[in-house]
This record gives sequence, C-alpha cells and structure tokens, in this order.
Amino acid sequence: MPKITYVTSENETHTIDVDNGLTVMEGAVQNDIPGIDADCGGGMACATCHVYVTQDWFDRLPKKEDGEEDMLDMAFEPKKNSRLSCQIVVSDDLDGLTVNIPSKQG
Amino acid sequence: MNKTDALIIGAGPTGLFTAHQLKLIGLDCEIVDNLDKIGGQCIELYPDKPIYDIPAVPECTGEELTKNLINQLKPFDIKFHLSERVEEVKKDDVNWIVKTNSGKIFSTPNVIIAGGVGSFEPRKFPSKECEKFENKSIFYSVKDKKIFEGKTVAIFGGGDSALDWAVELSKNSKVNLIHRRDEFRGAQATVNKMHTLVKEGKINLFTKYQMTSVKGNGQLESIDIKNDDDEMKNIKADYALGFFGLIMQLGPIANWGLNLDKKTIEVDTEKFETNQKGIYAVGDICTYPGKLKLILSGFHEGALAARACFKLARPNEKYRFEFTTTSSSLLKRLGKKE
Repeated sequence: MPKITYVTSENETHTIDVDNGLTVMEGAVQNDIPGIDADCGGGMACATCHVYVTQDWFDRLPKKEDGEEDMLDMAFEPKKNSRLSCQIVVSDDLDGLTVNIPSKQG
Repeated sequence: MNKTDALIIGAGPTGLFTAHQLKLIGLDCEIVDNLDKIGGQCIELYPDKPIYDIPAVPECTGEELTKNLINQLKPFDIKFHLSERVEEVKKDDVNWIVKTNSGKIFSTPNVIIAGGVGSFEPRKFPSKECEKFENKSIFYSVKDKKIFEGKTVAIFGGGDSALDWAVELSKNSKVNLIHRRDEFRGAQATVNKMHTLVKEGKINLFTKYQMTSVKGNGQLESIDIKNDDDEMKNIKADYALGFFGLIMQLGPIANWGLNLDKKTIEVDTEKFETNQKGIYAVGDICTYPGKLKLILSGFHEGALAARACFKLARPNEKYRFEFTTTSSSLLKRLGKKE
C-alpha cells in the first residue's frame, strides 16, 4: 500500500498507508491528520484541503484541472506548489509522496 | 419574541425539506440562515454544478434543486429570517430561547440544526495585522461605495466580485487590482472590460502578487505585496478589499453544550436528537455510525426529526402517520382539498 507523508505546520510528520484509489485528502481525514478540513467532502468546492507539494513530486503528479486552480485562488496563502489534496488520487506511483499542510485552511 | 413549534437553523436543502415535513404534519416553523439567500451550500458553493444522486431527479443543478424545494413549500406559510446568524441557544423553564446577531429572539420547544458545515463567513487576508483595520479601511464586502471616492483602493481576488468592483470603483477611485495568477475566473466579459481599463490606465494590475503585510497608523497607508519570485512591492492604499469567497465556520454552535465530533454534532438515529432534549441536528452537520453526507440522507433525517418535534410541540395530542396520497387532512394542508 502506498505510503503518504503529511507534515503539519508545526513540523509533525505522519506517515500513513493509504489505499490505492483514495485521495490524499481522504487518507488524512480517515486518519485524523490535523489541518486538513475538507469541508465540502471532496467536491472541489471549498479549498479547505489545501496542501503544498515538494517540487519534484509536484511535477510528477497529474496536472491540475481548471476548477482546481480556480479554487486555489481562495486558499489560505497559496503558492506555486499548492494543490487541493482531494484532487490527488493515491496510486503505487505516489508511494512516498510528502505533502505539507498550511498553518490554516481559511 | 417569536413563538414557533420548531425553529430551523439553516435554509439549505435539508432545512427546506424539514420545514416541509413539519408543516405537513401540522406544526409551524421558522427558518434562520446567515446567508442573504435561500439554498445553503447548493447556492453558495455549486449553483451551476449538476447533481446526479437525488432520487427520481436524474440531473439537476444546485440552483434548480433549491428552486424545486422552494416550490414544494408553496402551499405553506413559512417565515424566513435571512442574513441572521444564531448566536445563542439557552433553555428557560420549558422552551429553548434562541437569539440572533441582530437581536431577534425565538421561543420554541424544538430547535433543528440543519447548518451544513456551519455558517458562511468571508475568507480573510492571511496577515494578522489586517484585523486592526477591518471594517475601517479593510473590507470583505462593499456596503457604501461612496467612501472610496477619490481614494486609492487595493482590490484582491480573481473572481467576479473582485473584477466587478475593480471596474466599478475605477470610475471615481485609483484602483490597484492584485491577483495571484494571470488567469481570472470571473465572467469573460468583465475580464475583458478590466483589461481594457488597464490599457487605458484606469486600473493598475498586479498579477502573480499576493499581500504580505499592511502598514498604517489607525488608517491603512500602504500594502506590501510579493510575487512568485519573492519580488516585493509597496503600494499606497487608503482602502483594501479582499474577495476570496466564503468559508464555512462552525461558529457559535460550538458553545451550545452539544456533543461534537470534530465539526459535526452527534445524534441518535431515531429522532436525530442531540444530547440536549429538543435540539436536533440533520444534514451534513450531524454524525452517527454510517452517516453519509448526501442530500438524500438529510431529507430522511429531517423527516424523522420533524415527527420527534410533534411530541414536544403538541404534548397532549397523538401523532398519527398518514400518506399524502390518501389523507384528507394532509391534502387540506397542501391546499389540494377544501
């Protein structure tokens, strides 16, 4: 099962086994990782599952859809490497992915 | 003081259908919502997005669903209190006393929380210092555009609100429009209009920039903005406007003595009652083993909570289950029978 590492804004590291097919957001919510709110439940409608992805991983992830970039306009302190974790679907290719959680979701 | 059999907090789909169920069984109800319109998340988050899992409705948008639910309430007289946020829920000897932020007071044996994920509040600038200037020189909505006349205004955001106000205020103010990327998600016609005004020198556009800090003494004086390559700029500003959409906050609900699980309220699955007698939670805001955050689940939860309300609102009467196809009393309430 792919391992995903979540790093909180306080630099706590949580490495979790996440089933293939779940999103990085679902992996966080199901394992009570703090800092990913996911208010809309994965509908790409709220920007409260915002994460930063390190540059090498960022380039390897499937590209963002238009709607995701629009929602990121609303995120708290978006950066070049911002993603919505509900739009990243876990697969074997993502084994070892690390995402950083911002200090706030809004 | 408004007296009612049941007060519903939240005018989203679940709140609306719960109102239908209450009125159908002969109880009266009123609805409070913090938004200025009916529809909750359906209207605020996805009015144009199609929904495919409403039973017997193969496809409809958030806006259509809301319109249909409002239509279904037509036979009934239901009082809506919009742009009102419930601040306090307290028990007197018998009833729940509910107070809103504008000072409205309700007395009711039943409070049904259909609050989605809480109330919608504007998203604010990340910089903490902005709080000092809020409602003086920093705003998240425009109430009186006259205050901006002849002033320098910094507008942040890339959606319709930011663009509409940039275009409008450029007539009488010096407008700086700041957005985190080159693309705007507002209506194409407004985007074009804005670009024309930029060419004419009526709007200064800074893309790929975001706010880092604000400066001023009592009154806002300037704003530091930074771009993706960490280049800083300081721009003069008498006012700043931020349009980053809305975010849902649980808000005062957290203080009502209810058992919470993260941002949701624990309920039983018979009455959808919380740990407080006469307070129910339905829709996305409630949780119980197996909870699905689907609109259809909210409808079921509201129907059962409405029956539970009957007991407290009409303690001396017995509730009798009836079908709308055959019951003459239900058909009368629906206005289908004299």
